[in-house]
Amino acid sequence: MENLRELYQEVILDHNKNPRNFRAMDDADGFAHGNNPLCGDTIDVYLKLKDGVVEDVSFAGHGCAICTSSASMMTTALKGRTEAEAEALFNSFHHALTEDADYPDDVPLGKLEVLKGVKDYPVRVKCATLAWHTFDAALKKHQGEVTTE
Amino acid sequence: MSNVAQYDVVSIRNDFPILERSIHGKPLVYLDNGASVQRPVQVIRAIEQLYQENYANVHRGVHTLSQESTRLFDDARVKVRGFIHAACVHEVIFTSGTTESINLVAQSYARPRLQKGDEILITHMEHHSNIVPWQIVCEQTGAQLKVVPISDKGELEMDRFAELLSEKTKLVSVVHISNALGTVNPVKQIIDAAHAIGVPVLVDGAQAAPHIPVDVQKLDADFYAFSGHKVYGPTGVGVLYGKEALLKEMPPYQGGGDMILSVSFEGTTYNQLPYKFEAGTPNIAGVIGLGAAVDYVQKIGLGAIAAHEHGLLEYATAKLRQINGLRIIGEADQKAGLISFVLDAVHPHDIGTMLDAEGVAIRAGHHCAQPIMERYGVPATARASFAMYNTFQEIDVLAEAIQKTIKMFA
Ligand SMILES: Cc1ncc(COP(=O)(O)O)c(C=O)c1O
Repeated sequence: MENLRELYQEVILDHNKNPRNFRAMDDADGFAHGNNPLCGDTIDVYLKLKDGVVEDVSFAGHGCAICTSSASMMTTALKGRTEAEAEALFNSFHHALTEDADYPDDVPLGKLEVLKGVKDYPVRVKCATLAWHTFDAALKKHQGEVTTE
Repeated sequence: MSNVAQYDVVSIRNDFPILERSIHGKPLVYLDNGASVQRPVQVIRAIEQLYQENYANVHRGVHTLSQESTRLFDDARVKVRGFIHAACVHEVIFTSGTTESINLVAQSYARPRLQKGDEILITHMEHHSNIVPWQIVCEQTGAQLKVVPISDKGELEMDRFAELLSEKTKLVSVVHISNALGTVNPVKQIIDAAHAIGVPVLVDGAQAAPHIPVDVQKLDADFYAFSGHKVYGPTGVGVLYGKEALLKEMPPYQGGGDMILSVSFEGTTYNQLPYKFEAGTPNIAGVIGLGAAVDYVQKIGLGAIAAHEHGLLEYATAKLRQINGLRIIGEADQKAGLISFVLDAVHPHDIGTMLDAEGVAIRAGHHCAQPIMERYGVPATARASFAMYNTFQEIDVLAEAIQKTIKMFA
């Protein structure tokens, strides 16, 4: 079990136990619901934007430790980034776990590095990327609303 | 008790080569038997021998190999008849598994008979395989699906069953042993009640056939479905038992070779039972492997297997109950050898990954029974399910691995 420390690092376990920005948002500009029907993980992502910058982001729902801590770390990493920067971080994170060339690997991951160990557990990659896909959907929905106005 | 005393789990384990494996440097503790069990060498050899010595297509050729394969194939049907105590051999239909068996009954038995206002009665503890085929046929016919609720303990509410069973009910379909809760349902009582008003009953025996003796005639089941891969046989093969009188009236489920007597473009004469329901070249090796599997299970004896697994269940239940923060989901009085559980502080997926690191294979998820998860307000559970080859010492490993998991997440 000790070799699982690579996967379940202290930081991850801490975010799992005390998730940051774990709350619904009444006045969100963007919202999306994500779920992983195979595992029953569900995540709601709420988003507030100001002048193209992520002013606030939060999440609710339930999932495994990888899912919850990834969502929690995501919210702390996204605050203050522009939409383009947020998108680039999503791509790089996705690339780090899947090596999928469709997701360019342009920006450093910073604190999100600790989640890279998930790559060695292919069935758990979806757990780590769920929150990000949900964030991406929330952002795209928001952008969609903007252009139709 | 004498069964238990004589039960030689060591020699049984020696028949299962895969149990020698180590996982992450630890001896494999295989407790995902509810999903699929492992195969004894007798089954592996039967398949190997078929392909090395006897294989050809069945029911077609006059040449020697075709005759040998046909004989082995037909023998397997005889063995399965004995295994479930069917009245005659042609009441045993080979399918690809429980799922196909249920779909066959839904489309071939139920669909032509159902009208708007009719009802199909199932229960809240069904596997998706015993829910979705009925939803499809209800959509096709305008019939309605009714669901018998379950109690907090995980038992069917039999008084609600009695209320829901009516002259509108055209078929009852019920799981014999729940794969998510372990509950052994009173199927005999259900069948008797349904028959009293002329309603036939399908029993989903996927989790029962490998673990308790099944006698379809004593049960008086109209249909009984199970899967090869859960009774120590190959994947991709399963059985639908049906009473001859019902099967005879039913139209074929699929068209193709083997299910016809003669074909012209004006029309086709269907073959007799069981071939009417076995279109196309069957899963020859699968069926023959299944024959070897039921031979093996009968050699050990289902009474002895059930007693051994019950011992494991009692031991494991007592052990897991001692673990703080562990909740067992499904505490029916009549339970088979599986335990679904959740931990306060650890998600089932994390439990699955943590236990795997200790060599312990369990299932984490909704077990294809999402309505049950909803009923108990959990997104998923962890499930340890036992088979004839599991040992008490393996349960100790399981309990210890759970303790370690809790500690790491504390
Ligand atoms: C109770 C029950 N019914 C049906 C099935 C479906 O069996 P199969 O996938 O072999 O068709 C299963 C398998 O998990 C089961 O446990």
